Amino acid sequence: KFASVESAPPIEVFALNKAYVEDTFPQKVNLGVGAYRTDEGKPWVLPVVRHMEQKLAADETLNKEYLPVLGYEPLASAATRMLLGSDSASLKEGRATGIQCLSGTGALRVGAEFLAHIGKHSIVYSSNPTWGNHSLVFLNAGFTSYRSYRYWDAAKKALDFDGLMEDLRNAPENSVIILHACAHNPTGVDPTQDQWRQIADLIEERQLFPFFDSAYQGFASGDLDRDAWAVRYFDSRGFEMVCAQSFAKNFGLYNERVGNLTFVAKDRSVIEPVRSQITLLVRANYSNPPNHGARIVGTVLNDPVLTEQWKSHIKTMADRIISMRLGLRERLEKLETPGTWNHITDQIGMFSFTGLGPLAVDKLIADHHIYLLKGGRINMCGLNTGNIDYVAKCIHEVVTTTQE
Amino acid sequence: MSLISSLKIFSPSSLNTTQNALSVVSSRANSWWSHVEMGPPDPILGVTEAFKRDTNPKKMNLGVGAYRDDNGKPFILPAVKMAEAEIAKKNMDKEYSPISGSPEFCKATINLALGEDNEWTKNGLNATVQGISGTGSLRIGTAFLSAFFPGGKDLYMPTPTWGNHVPLAKHAGLGVKQYRYYDPKTCGFDFHGALQDIAKIPERSMILLHACAHNPTGVDPKPEQWAEMSKVIKEKKLFPFFDMAYQGFASGDIDKDAAPVRMFLKDGHQIALSQSYAKNMGLYGERAGAFSLICSSKEEAAATMSQLKIIIRPMYSNPPVTGARIATEILTNPSLRSQWLKDVKGMADRIISMRQLLRSNLAKEGSSRDWAHITDQIGMFCFTGMTPPQVEKLTKDFSVYLTKDGRISVAGITSKNVEYLAHAIHQVTK
Repeated sequence: KFASVESAPPIEVFALNKAYVEDTFPQKVNLGVGAYRTDEGKPWVLPVVRHMEQKLAADETLNKEYLPVLGYEPLASAATRMLLGSDSASLKEGRATGIQCLSGTGALRVGAEFLAHIGKHSIVYSSNPTWGNHSLVFLNAGFTSYRSYRYWDAAKKALDFDGLMEDLRNAPENSVIILHACAHNPTGVDPTQDQWRQIADLIEERQLFPFFDSAYQGFASGDLDRDAWAVRYFDSRGFEMVCAQSFAKNFGLYNERVGNLTFVAKDRSVIEPVRSQITLLVRANYSNPPNHGARIVGTVLNDPVLTEQWKSHIKTMADRIISMRLGLRERLEKLETPGTWNHITDQIGMFSFTGLGPLAVDKLIADHHIYLLKGGRINMCGLNTGNIDYVAKCIHEVVTTTQE
Repeated sequence: MSLISSLKIFSPSSLNTTQNALSVVSSRANSWWSHVEMGPPDPILGVTEAFKRDTNPKKMNLGVGAYRDDNGKPFILPAVKMAEAEIAKKNMDKEYSPISGSPEFCKATINLALGEDNEWTKNGLNATVQGISGTGSLRIGTAFLSAFFPGGKDLYMPTPTWGNHVPLAKHAGLGVKQYRYYDPKTCGFDFHGALQDIAKIPERSMILLHACAHNPTGVDPKPEQWAEMSKVIKEKKLFPFFDMAYQGFASGDIDKDAAPVRMFLKDGHQIALSQSYAKNMGLYGERAGAFSLICSSKEEAAATMSQLKIIIRPMYSNPPVTGARIATEILTNPSLRSQWLKDVKGMADRIISMRQLLRSNLAKEGSSRDWAHITDQIGMFCFTGMTPPQVEKLTKDFSVYLTKDGRISVAGITSKNVEYLAHAIHQVTK
């Protein structure tokens, strides 16, 4: 019956990871998949998570019953509060609500389906470049047109702010605009606060709909409030908006799929109807979300002591990444590698857009067994004190011997 | 400002309402969402809400389909507890699962359905992916069929079927059509009606089949009836999509419950299959399930697999591990597996004995109605045959909560309340 089904092209980041795993070179380095690694190059299950799992396992009052369709309420409300801040007017006025989703992707998908099916939006914009899955999520959710707004200035290795503003100015009314709340994936370049203000002005003027993607709150700067500045600014301006939140990175709960969709309305009376419509969408997709990860995050976020512990873990992760950024930049500048390298420390979060071209990337993989994405994105977490010299040396080698 | 002061003069009592109304109107007018209507209330949830509000100490909730022990409490399977302890010892990481779930989980799951030594997985003919329990697996399957099924895009479903089948299939882009299934006159299987309708389905269409413990009726075809259906479905070149949410939970025997699926494969059908561990492992909220396609070649299976991943990635990227890890541990650890088989038989046996007790108590009450269907039917649910007015009376007068269609969740019956239930049912049906 399915003889005509063609094999789909492999997804780049997974194909890259596969190649890395199969490589037998002892000094190989994986700068591909976006997951945190310790300085020993190992995955890190946060101590507060381990502690919670032991606590949950010992709790005889818990069971495996279905969660409500819209998820574990303590998680959803705490996640929305973590995002908007307890001073948020929309939160205080009952105009903001949270819905547990299947990590960031799941939250994007539920939000996108709601906007397409109920909101009747059909056009969505994301940055160029952006996370590879954005377009697929929105087009599969029912959007009919996916477009880009300029973002990365390859020559300056910085934000193409004028290009961004021009493209948003030309976006048709009602277009949904995906905004990375912080730690832009894949570039690591975020707008300044002043630039965010101008973006907000434009979105308001052009009647566009802001959809924030917040996958790194806390993980970027080490400070939850600082990383939420852009979302909170839009909230304080009275925007209606949605925000997809992921706890994959900041809680290290990648495979438990814990996420939240925050929905902010101008009027509290729309909250119940919106929730009831989203209930129908979720029911037709997966009925209700998974329990385990939700209990971990929901419990921690509602417990001040555990929250403090968690915050210290986030700071540990963010600080290590920042030190790797400093270390890489220092070494490249010391080696006098051609080009400028300040973008490595100007950028923030897990990823860095190195500015390396496709030929340099190919060489890094083929000749030096250093795995990174075609567009030159590296995962800073893949760097550690054990391999940073090797990586700097190899980057120097490919930059000096490659003519792009 | 002047409008408000004039209101103050003319109707002070309406000022507040009007002022609120004005601000509501203006913020609603600026809102993207003022046109959003309340969705229809969930019928089953409504039953539970009403049950919670009821203060009658004898109240019974026969609505929601989750297993309860003889004390009416949720049941965590011993095998599950043991599996969790084993998993905790391993200190596993939280790294992303593959998009399709762990290969170990997928293999164990399809082998559970088809038999440990089955020729299909041995020959690599299955494309199996983890899904978000049964619903998520159905969703992946319907999305795949919507994009790739080479025949008609209508999915034929039994009447009645699980309430969520219809919106789910439509959401995936499929049309929904029906074939006769339940005979309200006998509270049994309308075998002839089903065959007639199936024979009328256009060639190269898709047909949805409940592998065992039909939801919501509890009415399953007999093995010889399955054989007939398999023949007709093959003759009409229809594509069978099995929904198996109760393997082991129905009869207590995992092979018996999976027999229709295995029969169809032996008969030469290529099938789609959705599996759930919500009920048979009590893993409800952990969302463990799988979707499989049995293909005609390894190459086909590989191509299909790659397309399934393309469907999953924009939904939620990769699946949650906890439930899947528990299921894998149970199925691949011999002592846990035999413990699980005991646990699931225990659940099935309790349900079967509640059916027997209900039927015998109805006879004791002096009911002259034929209640054979209570024990003829199988699984979590029983279509009692009660009419909506009778259901209403049952709820109003006896605080017994069930859905309007007369469906009861047998799992909500215990040895302590079965007499009361029989008495109540007799009162409203005599």
